[in-house]
Amino acid sequence: MLVRVLLFASYADALGAESIGLELQPPARVRDVLAEVKRRAGPTVPPSPLVAVNAEYADLDRLVEASDEVAIIPPVAGG
Amino acid sequence: MRTALVERPIDPAQLLAEVAADGSGATSLFLGTVRDVNDGRAVTGIEYSAYARMAEAELHRIAGEAVERFATDRIAVEHRLGELGLGEVSVAIAVSHARRAPALEASRFIIEELKRRVPIWKREHYADGTREWVDPTAPARSTTGAGR
Repeated sequence: MLVRVLLFASYADALGAESIGLELQPPARVRDVLAEVKRRAGPTVPPSPLVAVNAEYADLDRLVEASDEVAIIPPVAGG
Repeated sequence: MRTALVERPIDPAQLLAEVAADGSGATSLFLGTVRDVNDGRAVTGIEYSAYARMAEAELHRIAGEAVERFATDRIAVEHRLGELGLGEVSVAIAVSHARRAPALEASRFIIEELKRRVPIWKREHYADGTREWVDPTAPARSTTGAGR
């Protein structure tokens, strides 16, 4: 299945895109998405980003479906 | 209660007017502004970006929690996105309440939760022409320098 992953800040820079499509074998979990994104991003990015699914923070164990909007959330710095 | 991400200058007076009420005995206004130095480096400006859909939702949730916790719905929060120069307001939080303690505490609660949870990022522009995403979880670069 193809999962769309949104990228921001340092992760968007490292991958040269604001979103990517990942081909994953179901059942896939948030940790699988994160591992693949980190592999592609290389060593320069913050090592432990959070992940959101459909605009809410998600556990690493959560199952991901093709219809989900997954987002990699590097350390936030608002304010 | 109102929260918003904006891409224009923030007008604190407008937020104050919004939360004003005859029942208010205290109004707090918090402003976050762009500072000229961070971690020992001269900063010339900051660029803010967001996962807008989630940031709007999370900001709204935080303000909703403050409404419950501090028993006032006279809360207005705006966070600005885009390129900001030194001294410009990046975030404004206005709270009015019958009493001063909850007016101040609600403001503190909102800014701390915002910094912890809302998916907004900032890239600092430095005097030497470089720019970097700020990572509050990274160890500080400067190990000398008093008072930091």
